[in-house]
Amino acid sequence: MKLHEHQAKEILAKYGLPVPEGKVAFSLKEAVEVAEELGEFPLVVKAQVHCGGRGKAGGVKIVKNMEELKEAVENMLGTVLKTFQCPEGKPVNRVWIEKATAIDKEYYLGITLDRSSERHVLIASASGGMEIEEVAKEDPTAIITEVIDPVVGLMPYQLRRVAFNIGLPVKEFVNIGMKLYRIYEELDASLVEINPLVTDKNGSIVLLDAKIDVDDNALFRHKDMEEIEDKSQLDPLEVEANKYGLNYIKLKGNVGCMVNGAGLAMTTMDIIKLAGGEPANFLDVGGGANVEQISNAFRILTADKDVKAVFVNIFGGILRCDRLAQGLIEAVKNVKTDIPIVVRMEGTNVEEGKRMLKESGLNFISADDMWDGAKKAVELAGRYE
Amino acid sequence: MSIIVDKNTKVVVQGITGKEGSFHALQCKNYGTKVVAGVTPGKGGQEVEGIPVFNTVKEAVEETGANCSLIFVPAPFAPDAIVEALDSGISVVVCITEGIPIHDMVKVKDYLKKNYPESVLIGPNCPGIITPGEAKVGIMPGHIFKKGRVGIVSRSGTLTYEAAYQLTKVGLGQSTAVGIGGDPVHGLSHREVIEMFNEDPETEAILLIGEIGGTEEEEAAEYIDKYVDKPVFAYIAGITAPPGKRMGHAGAIITGGRGTAKAKMEALKEAGVYVIENPAFIGETVARTLGVLEASQEKRTCEAD
Repeated sequence: MKLHEHQAKEILAKYGLPVPEGKVAFSLKEAVEVAEELGEFPLVVKAQVHCGGRGKAGGVKIVKNMEELKEAVENMLGTVLKTFQCPEGKPVNRVWIEKATAIDKEYYLGITLDRSSERHVLIASASGGMEIEEVAKEDPTAIITEVIDPVVGLMPYQLRRVAFNIGLPVKEFVNIGMKLYRIYEELDASLVEINPLVTDKNGSIVLLDAKIDVDDNALFRHKDMEEIEDKSQLDPLEVEANKYGLNYIKLKGNVGCMVNGAGLAMTTMDIIKLAGGEPANFLDVGGGANVEQISNAFRILTADKDVKAVFVNIFGGILRCDRLAQGLIEAVKNVKTDIPIVVRMEGTNVEEGKRMLKESGLNFISADDMWDGAKKAVELAGRYE
Repeated sequence: MSIIVDKNTKVVVQGITGKEGSFHALQCKNYGTKVVAGVTPGKGGQEVEGIPVFNTVKEAVEETGANCSLIFVPAPFAPDAIVEALDSGISVVVCITEGIPIHDMVKVKDYLKKNYPESVLIGPNCPGIITPGEAKVGIMPGHIFKKGRVGIVSRSGTLTYEAAYQLTKVGLGQSTAVGIGGDPVHGLSHREVIEMFNEDPETEAILLIGEIGGTEEEEAAEYIDKYVDKPVFAYIAGITAPPGKRMGHAGAIITGGRGTAKAKMEALKEAGVYVIENPAFIGETVARTLGVLEASQEKRTCEAD
């Protein structure tokens, strides 16, 4: 799960790290109160959304007085901020207001997992403020990586090496780096990113922006994190799906898919494209796929108004096809949909399953294999479009 | 021959008294796998489906000679189970459990590499491993597999079943099929399994099933290019997956332009791998290509005569 900038900064402050003094506001009234409390201008108003590239999209404003602050806050709260990183946009329901920092130089600092070495790594660069992927592409030598040993953890000498290399005040940087790594470990984070980390006119380090992602698999030991998640930043259907242990991701096409297993679900999206169509979603009901999950999945799938045909692709290992057919029939009756549903299933009792679907009187079309199913679903979706 | 497991493999099931554990222990046993023991702390002395249960893996190993562990322990306790198996002398650990925190897996993998470089971890978040006709150590449906010539290595579960079933239908079958799992940090990699298949005389061709995220397929391609003469086929899932969205598996995500299906397919093609574009024709493509290859080899032999 992703944390908002203000949540990340509140955590950093708790660990004694140098973040600009500031506070979150959920309304114009609160924003004015925060500004009064901070007691000086200029201030920076930052829209709190789970996507990067806010600055260019008007989500960050420097304000010199109360009038400008009110205007900036009013222009942000309640709107949907679209950036180049998320063109579909995210709702702005809160802003972070902080004292402006007089920036001297900008740097990048991040801690994340490196899959190739199977270790956590600290990444730093003197080219801060921009996308680190862009820096990596344009000038890989501008990026310094320190691999972290899981037993001893990040060592101060590694941070000294980085500080000497990119020209940061050594003692201060070592202290900051060690604390960030502690946060990364203690929160079970998959990413802690400070972009930019800056030096101000006095030469002191300030963590100007902060991004923390927490490993979803570790949330069982971070109940407090789960509670502060801003679900408005997620697709409502994805949130609904998560409740039932389903993996759902909305896409742009009109062929809904329902599949068991992540790999096969991706494959089903791909084969729909090969058959000339566009998948409406990724939906994994789990490798085991039970009837209840299939029923919930169906409801979520058909709640998407773009879906004109559904392709059900289930490779049942343990699950029997007659039970699957029963589940599908019940689900369709409950949802009361008449969109065509192409079913490809493999497993035991497949003939019985097919017979049940055929005799149900509902809009089921049986497919012999994945390719047959994809072609039929794409053709039907096109017809109803 | 086959790789990693065969008819002599003796399996201990960790978490055998749970719903999943007891169900699959029986499925494996019924398939013909030697399931010799189960472990659930505090339930030693009981029996599950006629399989004796022990309190610790150490006891199970001493009493039954188990050398392979199959883990169904829930995610918060699975890292402990993996390390217990390794410390008890188990040389093949298969972890089915899904949802292990990444920080835990980094530590477990490091522990494995430093202390037991000869031991093998498969998974977590995987379907397990099967050598058809000999041993099934996992949750895959046994009946879709058939003893044969193609070695399968895959990051996903049901997609492996799909591919294996297609190979069975065209009559090729599998030597061994390994599901290495969909997590970012896991045991055996694509490259390591391909290395084993390359040295296995019963494996005549290799099928790699990859997906978006990470660089394992690219690393496998490098190895294939240098060392593998057997025909290698590959299918990569996720050509339509949008960047930044995690496709079910924690490991299946395109970040910063890395880990795309296209890049993986290109790397594999350059290494001389037959990359299959349409997943419905995996079996057919492998069969046709092997047939053509054999025909041309026969022709060459005839001409030489």
